[in-house]
Amino acid sequence: MGQVCPDCASQAKVVEQPSIPGKVDRMGESPTFFNEMDGGGERPRAPYARYGDWFAGEPPERLRRKAREAESFFRRTGITFNVYGAADADERLIPFDIVPRILSAKEWARLTKGIEQRVRAINAFLHDIYHRQEILRAGRVPAALIENNDAFLPKMLGVSPPGGVFTHIVGVDLVRTSENEFFVLEDNARTPSGVSYMLENRETMLQMFPELFTKIRVRPVSDYPKMLRRSLSACAPPACKGKPVVAVLTPGIHNSAYYEHAFLADQMGAELVEGHDLRVVDGRIAMRTTLGYTPIDVLYRRVDDDYLDPLNFRPDSFLGVPGILDIYRSGGITIANAPGTGIADDKAIYSYMPDIVQFYTGEKPLLKNVPTWRCSEPSSLAYVLDHLAELVVKEVHGSGGYGMLVGPAASKKELEAFRAKLTAKPSSYIAQPTLALSTVPILTRAGLAPRHVDLRPFVLMSPDGIEITPGGLTRVALKKGSLVVNSSQGGGTKDTWVLED
Amino acid sequence: MLGKTAGGLFWMYRYLERAENTARLADAGFRIALTRSDHAEDEWASIIDTASARKAFLDAGGKFDGPSVINFLLRDPANRSSVISVTEAARNNARLVRTALTREVWEAVNETWMTLKAALARPVRETDLPDVLTLIRKQSALVRGATVGTMLRNDIYNFARVGTFVERSDNIARILDVKYYVLLPSVQLVGTTLDNVQWETILRAASAERSFRWLYGGETRPLTIADFLILDRRMPRSLLYCLRKIAGNLGNLCTDYGVRRPSLDFALSLRDELEELTIDQVMERGLHEFLTRFIQSNNALAAHVEEDFRFNR
Repeated sequence: MGQVCPDCASQAKVVEQPSIPGKVDRMGESPTFFNEMDGGGERPRAPYARYGDWFAGEPPERLRRKAREAESFFRRTGITFNVYGAADADERLIPFDIVPRILSAKEWARLTKGIEQRVRAINAFLHDIYHRQEILRAGRVPAALIENNDAFLPKMLGVSPPGGVFTHIVGVDLVRTSENEFFVLEDNARTPSGVSYMLENRETMLQMFPELFTKIRVRPVSDYPKMLRRSLSACAPPACKGKPVVAVLTPGIHNSAYYEHAFLADQMGAELVEGHDLRVVDGRIAMRTTLGYTPIDVLYRRVDDDYLDPLNFRPDSFLGVPGILDIYRSGGITIANAPGTGIADDKAIYSYMPDIVQFYTGEKPLLKNVPTWRCSEPSSLAYVLDHLAELVVKEVHGSGGYGMLVGPAASKKELEAFRAKLTAKPSSYIAQPTLALSTVPILTRAGLAPRHVDLRPFVLMSPDGIEITPGGLTRVALKKGSLVVNSSQGGGTKDTWVLED
Repeated sequence: MLGKTAGGLFWMYRYLERAENTARLADAGFRIALTRSDHAEDEWASIIDTASARKAFLDAGGKFDGPSVINFLLRDPANRSSVISVTEAARNNARLVRTALTREVWEAVNETWMTLKAALARPVRETDLPDVLTLIRKQSALVRGATVGTMLRNDIYNFARVGTFVERSDNIARILDVKYYVLLPSVQLVGTTLDNVQWETILRAASAERSFRWLYGGETRPLTIADFLILDRRMPRSLLYCLRKIAGNLGNLCTDYGVRRPSLDFALSLRDELEELTIDQVMERGLHEFLTRFIQSNNALAAHVEEDFRFNR
């Protein structure tokens, strides 16, 4: 299964090694990273000014005690993620750092515009790909990239989801490299996870440091479950009569993100169902209740496409519902996100995102893509082979950092092995410069110390519009110098603040 | 509510109840061993029988002595009814039905699991045993308190309670059945110290020694004990008390749902039958036969509930 904690296997990524695009550090000099708290100066940057004052007045021992309290709070609440295989380390905590990541109202306004534009484009792209395929006819995206892609579901051709929404929930992963430069690292358009951490992190901060929130006006995030419910309800299918019945489909308690599935269902007041609770009854998908079968209108599924319907996709799946795709196509249920959205966040498609945004919105993209060399193109391949030691090379269909080369960190032998792979099958690879991720301080024994971060804001889309919860999930690499923020690799999380104007 | 959720609640509370009862059983066994060391082996064997675990115990190479039995009852993962196994099962069910629980209940269960996992991580030394057993009971009381204090009295609560009382009456009936011979009238006259210890075991395992003393003073007669544990309406672990609760909770469910289900009728008939019975009649018919039938009916009742409310199908 590809669903996991904030950075599941299929959505995981590893950004290794510093170097700003265009400023690749060839001399081995130590690179400079943008520190979001002090910007490299003596005093905190404006968004951190008040927090900095507060922090300076806090006894370090008190803060460290608070940090320990936070951990026991998380354990007791059961905010854990499961690790497959390891019986004893069955459930782990994602470490939480008590220093918030802070964005000004202005920075956030800029980001949201860019995210909104991008999400609209993704949705339009999905509609087009499953209908007239104008973008392929126009030659802006190569048809072969779609046709030969596992994430493309031919069974979705001609399907218009209720309300015209394909991507009800999107998590756009952003990284920052300077005061004004943000890049989109990945668009998670399947079933992005991590939102429960965003909510619980804030809850924890409110409990631990209530005084901070009276001093500093931070935009709340707690409306997310209500917004999610409203947004999903607004996409009810034609068969829905009355108030839409919403349910969350989970693979079960052993799934690594189960906590989040239960949390969201609980907060939304929706049923938490598994495949074996569901079956087709009178042209609807119905859940087995204590009084018999009741139809579901909107299913927020946290099960991957492949496993969703053993009759239409993987026949060996026990996680889905036989026939659900047929019910979906006939308007009996809404599936969120729609099946087949993976074609929009595929690594091979990523490099075309600027074109996609321009094609559907007629505007220049507001958010930057990380420059990407498609090794399928001979000139790019030549460049990549020439600069292998400086680049990150990713397998197009790989995930979770597998099948990936991090040039600056690789040995000579690894480089040679990869060179051979690249030459043999160039179209399976893309390459990117290593990015100089910004840092935000974390609390260590020795006080504040900068660590690299990324940001996943959560976007909700419905026929009524796009809503973005102010903030998102900030993931932080806890190891000094590490650029790997994945929780499976020892990354942690921070509360993310967007300040009121 | 999902049928699966109803089933999850039912089992979560059965397991929680079992954890507590198993701890009491271990406590009773431990107490006997302290006072009557020359009969210890038989007593430990009967403790294992009460837990219906003789085969599993012997298969695992267990010997009928204190450390083996205590270890088996409290922390053997191979024993599916050991305290640690059922605590984990209860927590897994709690995770399954997380959306049906208040935060207080969920945290109490989760904390119980974390606490007991730590306390039972290694074999419990004899000196620590009383503390560990107390801890298990306390944790159990914590979950019960959170349940009673914070849960809405709707179908969720009713399924939880049915689970609790089905398990409790099953456990009490088993304790009685293993020891039924010391409660038989023929033994009444014997009144040896050994019998006193046996009776005390039964009362302790039902955590009823105190209330029994309140009601009957120093007069420990087997028939009275049997009456107390089977037919006393005030005793929260007696078979009749449990059946009245089950019937009441099933009645609530059917009223709330506006349907009548066979499990309710079945529970009512079992309850009425017990209401009309006297302890002399029970003895006349045979205590062992009575208990055997009770355990079977109780199981059948659980199966009816499972079917009526679509736990699995």
